[in-house]
Amino acid sequence: MSDVTPCLLEAEGIVKTFPGVKALSGAGLQVHAGRLVALLGENGAGKSTLMNVLSGVFPPDSGTIRVRGECVQFTDTREAQERGIGIVHQELNLIPYLSVAENVFLGREPRTWSGLVDFRRMEEETSQILKRVDLRVKPSELISDLRVGQQQLVEIAKALAADARVLILDEPTSSLSSHEVDALFAVVRELKAEGVGLVYITHKFEELAPICDEVVVMRDGERVGSGPLGEMSRERIVQLMAGRKSKELFQKTDTEVGKEVLRAEGISLPAHGVGRPFLVDKVSLSLKRGEVLGIFGLVGAGRTELLECLFGVHAGAASGEVFIDGERAFFRSPADAIEARLAFAPEDRKRDGLVLPMSVLENASLPTLEKSTRVGLVDTARESDFIRPYVDRFRVKTPSLRQAVVNLSGGNQQKVILAKWLATEPRILLLDEPTRGIDVNAKREIYSFIDELAKAGLGLVVVSSELPEVLALSDRVMVMCEGRKTAEFTRAEATPERVLHAALPDEANVLES
Amino acid sequence: MNSATLSENLNRFRSLLALGLMVIALSFLSEQFLTPENGFNILRQISVNLCLSIGMTLVIVSGGIDLSVGAILGLAGAVAAGLLKNGLVLPPLGVALVFTTTGAILAAVLVGGAAGWINGFVITRFRIPPFVATLGMLSIARGLTMLWTGGFPVTGLGESFGKLGTGAFIGVPMPVWIMLVLAGIFVVVTKKARFGRHLYAVGGNERAARLTGLRVNRIKVAVYTLAGALAGVAGLIVTSRLDSAQPNAGLGYELDSIAAVVIGGTSLSGGRGTVMGTVLGCLIIGVLNNGLFLLNVSPFWQQVIKGGVILLAVAIDKMNTKGEDE
Repeated sequence: MSDVTPCLLEAEGIVKTFPGVKALSGAGLQVHAGRLVALLGENGAGKSTLMNVLSGVFPPDSGTIRVRGECVQFTDTREAQERGIGIVHQELNLIPYLSVAENVFLGREPRTWSGLVDFRRMEEETSQILKRVDLRVKPSELISDLRVGQQQLVEIAKALAADARVLILDEPTSSLSSHEVDALFAVVRELKAEGVGLVYITHKFEELAPICDEVVVMRDGERVGSGPLGEMSRERIVQLMAGRKSKELFQKTDTEVGKEVLRAEGISLPAHGVGRPFLVDKVSLSLKRGEVLGIFGLVGAGRTELLECLFGVHAGAASGEVFIDGERAFFRSPADAIEARLAFAPEDRKRDGLVLPMSVLENASLPTLEKSTRVGLVDTARESDFIRPYVDRFRVKTPSLRQAVVNLSGGNQQKVILAKWLATEPRILLLDEPTRGIDVNAKREIYSFIDELAKAGLGLVVVSSELPEVLALSDRVMVMCEGRKTAEFTRAEATPERVLHAALPDEANVLES
Repeated sequence: MNSATLSENLNRFRSLLALGLMVIALSFLSEQFLTPENGFNILRQISVNLCLSIGMTLVIVSGGIDLSVGAILGLAGAVAAGLLKNGLVLPPLGVALVFTTTGAILAAVLVGGAAGWINGFVITRFRIPPFVATLGMLSIARGLTMLWTGGFPVTGLGESFGKLGTGAFIGVPMPVWIMLVLAGIFVVVTKKARFGRHLYAVGGNERAARLTGLRVNRIKVAVYTLAGALAGVAGLIVTSRLDSAQPNAGLGYELDSIAAVVIGGTSLSGGRGTVMGTVLGCLIIGVLNNGLFLLNVSPFWQQVIKGGVILLAVAIDKMNTKGEDE
């Protein structure tokens, strides 16, 4: 590794064990001033754990951390902060009903002589920092009024305000639109020029070239390879991540498309509060047996809300008609939709998909529990017998069915959710960002499951923000923008340019043409 | 079967250890402590709190809280006493109903269940936080009790009703039987029944439970109804034992019951906890009260000590589960 600039942060031989899981076994990396280290690895490779150790969230069992050559031991995040290490977690940690300035200075508010918060100074300093991250909002604005991309920049501003010399970004682009990603990258370059060292966790290869200097690849809690970006080909990185030769990402099989299984007409969902009047605006769609309908759109296009409407989540508020096998269906709750053999794997698995304190088995059996219930009591032997084939089918990596689902990696959690739904023998499967935050290998597995399920005659709706994913998976692609359906393409018609064009709002179209 | 089994067992072991140490210490400190009579005494004393606390455990595991159980206890007791004594006169219909003991008992449980159902209905239908909804019910039930009794005790309820609180079966007092049977039923319900599993799912992640097709609102309504009905049972025990319904019966009992649940290791944030733990929590409070009384500790100090025990129990619990919270 080149030592052109001073090393700001160095970690060696970090070991961290959680009950039942060895998360890190000798991990390490070096961060140099003005350089960006991309940290790559499958889910469960230990990237986030390593970052949590480096930022003082929890201490390592063993190993050394050096900040500018000096050995340190953090007992909490504040100590790491004082040493100039800032972290922006994948899930944002802002307080929604406080202002931008109050969030930036949270816990370090400047005081006046009387001991009260000096708001004027706080807002002045905040606007200085906001300029550094090129965010044009007022320091007095509430976080809840900002878009996700803007909130991300506020998080970075917050770290900078605490004098971060090393900034860790954990999958910062996972919920950003492409414009917001560009804005973020501009800020990253600016910070590099200022001599800040960055660690950047990502799954997206296309993000490496524009900003990255060095690559560290982790697998099974260890550093398995590292080097300057120029010396690491994509093929090599994937190989290191997977620990074996990577094959083609995904090859869709042609399936025989059957009769229409789902039709929706004029689905609308009014928005409460700011912005446009409708989250979903008179959207119609049709889905056939054995077909994969991809829905593409930028974040905020109303795709999730559309799926939720189809699944009976917004029963009171939504309008429009849903037909299952040509018959009008009235779903007053998700339970009704499940009875009609729909299934919905939500985007935010931890918030909406799983009961985290429960085990793999208890999560997977939740909608089918009545099958193993006799006189109101659950027969746990039957329950395991019934669920195990589904858990095996999706190759969930877990020491046992009794393992708490919270200890599983993102990819395995998604597989538990798929197992749970497949056990209900659904006819229609709605998948919202099924590969969000999931590593390359698990992604490929999920793709082939989707393919298999279509072959088996299910109708699938796949919502995704990743264009290549939508194009690879779908028989038909439907595009949404600002709540409306803007286009629909057959697989042959769907070129990246056409699909993307339909997904951009009008102003953006004007800007780009 | 639950993933949290290990920590739950540890937790129960700690509670058992604490209970064991208390029993050993008290046996040395007081000659009267370790006698069969005193044992039954303690069990009889905790029976009312345990009835309330079983319901409270269900409510807290589901992610809620119920502040109205003490007031519902008072209302149900008063209803039973009033119906036994005066029957139910319905002037518009021109009828006066006379109640047998069984009828009065059923009526009390129904009234408790109905009050609990209203709690559940208000919480789910109008999305009022449980704390506020049950605070309202606390006041309503207490007010209704006053209206029903005119603010005076209802006394002289007859021998057969008195058996509920003072009678015994194979040498074991009736309230203890009631408590044991209910505890047994609800250990099974929470551990083995589908309803129990649903309860933990709703408390562990309500959004995910709803999106997985659980009828979350129905489950919650059932939980509050059960808590109300159990408060009705507690009201019957209290009323029968005193042979009188006091309009202020059950005042502040909700706090004792929350204390027992918390000492028993149930998480106030929902999704975790056991009925068995609550049984131990009640026993710890009961032994503590009894022991301090036998040692002639002033009741004022008893309160201070009880408060300290609650804080200690939760502090130990938190220290041991710190890693899991993160």
